[in-house]
Amino acid sequence: MAHAYTPGLSVLEATRVRRERRLPIEGEVVVTVGQRVHATDVVAKTEIPGAVYPINLANKLGILPADVASCLEVKVGDLVERGQTLARSKGLWGLFRTPLPSPVTARVESISSVTGQMMLRLSSTPLAVLAYIEGEVVDVTPGDGCVVETVASLVQGIIGVGGEKEGVLAALVDSPDVDPSPDDVKDEHKDKILVAGRHVSLAVFQRAAEVGARGLIAGSISDSDLVEILGYDLGVAITGSEKLPTTLIATEGFGSLPMAERTFKLLVGHAGRTASINGATQIRAGVIRPEIVVPLGPEARPRQAEAGEEGRLEIGTRLRVVREPYFGLLGRVAALPHEPIVIETEARVRVLDVHLDDGRTVTLPRANVELVIGG
Amino acid sequence: MLVGVVNAVTEVEELCGRKLLRDGKLIRPQVGDEGVDLYVSTSSAGGGLQMLVAGVVKSMTAESAARAALGAGAIVMETIASNDKRPAYEQIERIRHLRPDMVLLSGGVDGGTITHVVELAEMLAAAAPRPRLGKGYDLPLVFAGNKDALQPVKEALDGKFRFTQVPNLRPVLERENLGPARQEIHELFMHHVMAQAPGYPNLMEWSDAPIMPTPGAVGLMIETIAREEGISVLGVDIGGATTDVFSVFSGKFNRTVSANLGMSYSISNVLASTGVANVMRWLPFTMSESDLRNRIKNKMIRPTTIPQTLEELKVEQAIAREALQLALEQHKEFATSLKGVQQERTISEAFDQSASGETLVDMMALSLLVGSGGVLSHAPRRSQAALMLLDAFEPEGVTQLAVDSIFMMPQLGVLSTISPQAAAEVFHRDCLIMLGTAIAPRGPARPGHTLARITLSGAINDDIELKMGDLRLLPLALDQKARATIVPQGKIDVGAGKGRAREVEVSGGVVGLILDGRGRPLQIPAEPAARVEALTRWAQALGVYPDAPHSKPPHLDAPHPNPLPKGEGVGDEVGGKA
Repeated sequence: MAHAYTPGLSVLEATRVRRERRLPIEGEVVVTVGQRVHATDVVAKTEIPGAVYPINLANKLGILPADVASCLEVKVGDLVERGQTLARSKGLWGLFRTPLPSPVTARVESISSVTGQMMLRLSSTPLAVLAYIEGEVVDVTPGDGCVVETVASLVQGIIGVGGEKEGVLAALVDSPDVDPSPDDVKDEHKDKILVAGRHVSLAVFQRAAEVGARGLIAGSISDSDLVEILGYDLGVAITGSEKLPTTLIATEGFGSLPMAERTFKLLVGHAGRTASINGATQIRAGVIRPEIVVPLGPEARPRQAEAGEEGRLEIGTRLRVVREPYFGLLGRVAALPHEPIVIETEARVRVLDVHLDDGRTVTLPRANVELVIGG
Repeated sequence: MLVGVVNAVTEVEELCGRKLLRDGKLIRPQVGDEGVDLYVSTSSAGGGLQMLVAGVVKSMTAESAARAALGAGAIVMETIASNDKRPAYEQIERIRHLRPDMVLLSGGVDGGTITHVVELAEMLAAAAPRPRLGKGYDLPLVFAGNKDALQPVKEALDGKFRFTQVPNLRPVLERENLGPARQEIHELFMHHVMAQAPGYPNLMEWSDAPIMPTPGAVGLMIETIAREEGISVLGVDIGGATTDVFSVFSGKFNRTVSANLGMSYSISNVLASTGVANVMRWLPFTMSESDLRNRIKNKMIRPTTIPQTLEELKVEQAIAREALQLALEQHKEFATSLKGVQQERTISEAFDQSASGETLVDMMALSLLVGSGGVLSHAPRRSQAALMLLDAFEPEGVTQLAVDSIFMMPQLGVLSTISPQAAAEVFHRDCLIMLGTAIAPRGPARPGHTLARITLSGAINDDIELKMGDLRLLPLALDQKARATIVPQGKIDVGAGKGRAREVEVSGGVVGLILDGRGRPLQIPAEPAARVEALTRWAQALGVYPDAPHSKPPHLDAPHPNPLPKGEGVGDEVGGKA
């Protein structure tokens, strides 16, 4: 292989960002192409069918399934109230017929003469899909969803928890290698998205949640703190559905790693601007990275390629080391030897030489570096 | 899809120096030094074939249905049974949220319950789960239950699924008939699930045998080997996200998938399942819990990274031991004799207290243990793979150990449907790397006490007293054999019964003959300093790590039967599965 392609995380000052906003099931798209939307505008809506509640009438009434039809007081399609009689037992010579009340308010969907089972469908739940980012609707698929586009600064994190949020960016610390303390989080940070430095502790997260901050972005978090935040040990990196008041995003990883300086400067430079963030992360089968999107307004023009493009590893390429013993350090490619070499573990792997920002030049497995896209 | 296949074939062309393609198509049949006679393929269909199975009784028809689905190579997302103790509305709610590729509905022996089976069908119809891949096509459903329930089941599901029927997978309580259901799952996988994947029709044209789900093909290979050679086999494939275990004991094949045990995507789940202390017990050094946790999470979020330091390698191999052990435990629980079956017993059997539903997995009866997946197949030293297999599986008696060199088993599995003998030959010659043989006595003994006296003749001539706590490696190269007379002490068993001598021929391998006197179950000291001492001593005995004396780098091993492809290094995570 003459080239190696290594995925990386985007840190882009002005790029075109498109986000698909799709309904989970068919529904109605309420925006049109060309329409400008705010992050919290509804772009599509639908009704999620209600849950199914089965009730075995034959068992409840002590009759054969084939006899259920003769005992019914409702029919398929009827809307029944909770407590309303669905059927009556045969009783004694047609007398003393015990009523069977409906346990729920629902519509009768089916009645089986084979099993004596009635299926009750609970009422549907409305679901609205928001625009998520401020921008312009550039595509609409009727019944399915739309695409919202904007020119924005885009930062991808490595792991996040919590879903989509929108708020004004505010800096908690003035340097990417400083750990914020709980005292740094003030009441005025309510509804804000906070940019921290190196590492956020459990206490800082709890304080941010207490004041009502919508998001917290830091270089790193500790796994043991994450266990406390979630209430369980995250087994697989599929996140985003957690019901957290404050979405948490780490840009570098687990441990105590300073936020990359460029990332910090970009985010802090946007303090006061409204950002959209999403902690949703999926490492496998269609990678999703947590992200911070800062729309730059309708007049802004993109200056960088779009995110998601894989970069090429060449001499001089900016990268970060993503595995011990140099984890978190940044540098540039110094050499790309073709032949695999034997590393400390005795594995024979393809390597590259990296000139680290601290002046050292080290040899690393190619698998252990990540491009800094936009760098 | 076809682009990927063409790229892969092009790489094979470069490696073997043989022309295989002309105008982007395979040259078939072979002419002189060009082309091939046969092309076979497997597919893991974007994370594997995902199935929902249902049956009436959890431990009977529902379990048989799960066995059929797993045997066909599927991941069972959910098993619904009439008696699984969940209220029906909860079961329906669960089904509603699943996005399977296929449904297998069983229930009732032939002539047995109809109502319960139809009730399950009605629940499935009400829940109407949507297929994972593709839009606008009906989810395939295989009915393999009571034949008398066919008509009402069909009516209940009418218009909601793509319905097919096969003979009952549990026609009578005493017998399973999983073959037809497995075959139908393969058919539907090919024609309906895979058909949703781009490029599939072209690939189908290329393939000389049906395209099979990858783990289903591995299972076929394991079955073929066990049958052809009349032995018990246990195979494990540890990937980044899942770990598959295959076994054939007493002629019965079983496969399980531990869907969330793996070395990268699921690595953190191994920690969550087993706990920090269980991972720590394999580390020959001390490390803080927070450090270990953060390292594991960092591997989870950057799954393609590889250990650069020896310490990192040891951490990953510690986790692998736990993942393998957990996967084996799950396999043991699933691979059982049929439950709910009355057994006729002789007087002697009545005393051994065996019951229906007992695990078939018998580590003493195991003849061949095969490891596959990056962490085993690409361990920098083969002795590391051997020790991981010994630690995690604790084989007893006399067991041959091997690793799959380049994850060739799936392709050989498909080949075995065309030529079992050719598949078996390639399996032994090119697919497996024999690590050697382990002799591991089972039974209670105090540290330092003699477990067995082992007399060796042939390629090795020696007389050894194996003591409790010992781990020893004797040189016995690939293609070398030795005669071993093992005389166990007192209550110790090596396969012939407690205290009874056994004479066997043992085969060598790239590691050698391993005498494992560490006890079964394996005894690891609990006290940290003693643990570090024991683990270090055992690692040194097998020359597992370069910091051990008299160790040699892997490149000085016996010649590798399968040279690595260009650019892929030993230790890279290039296992065959995600």
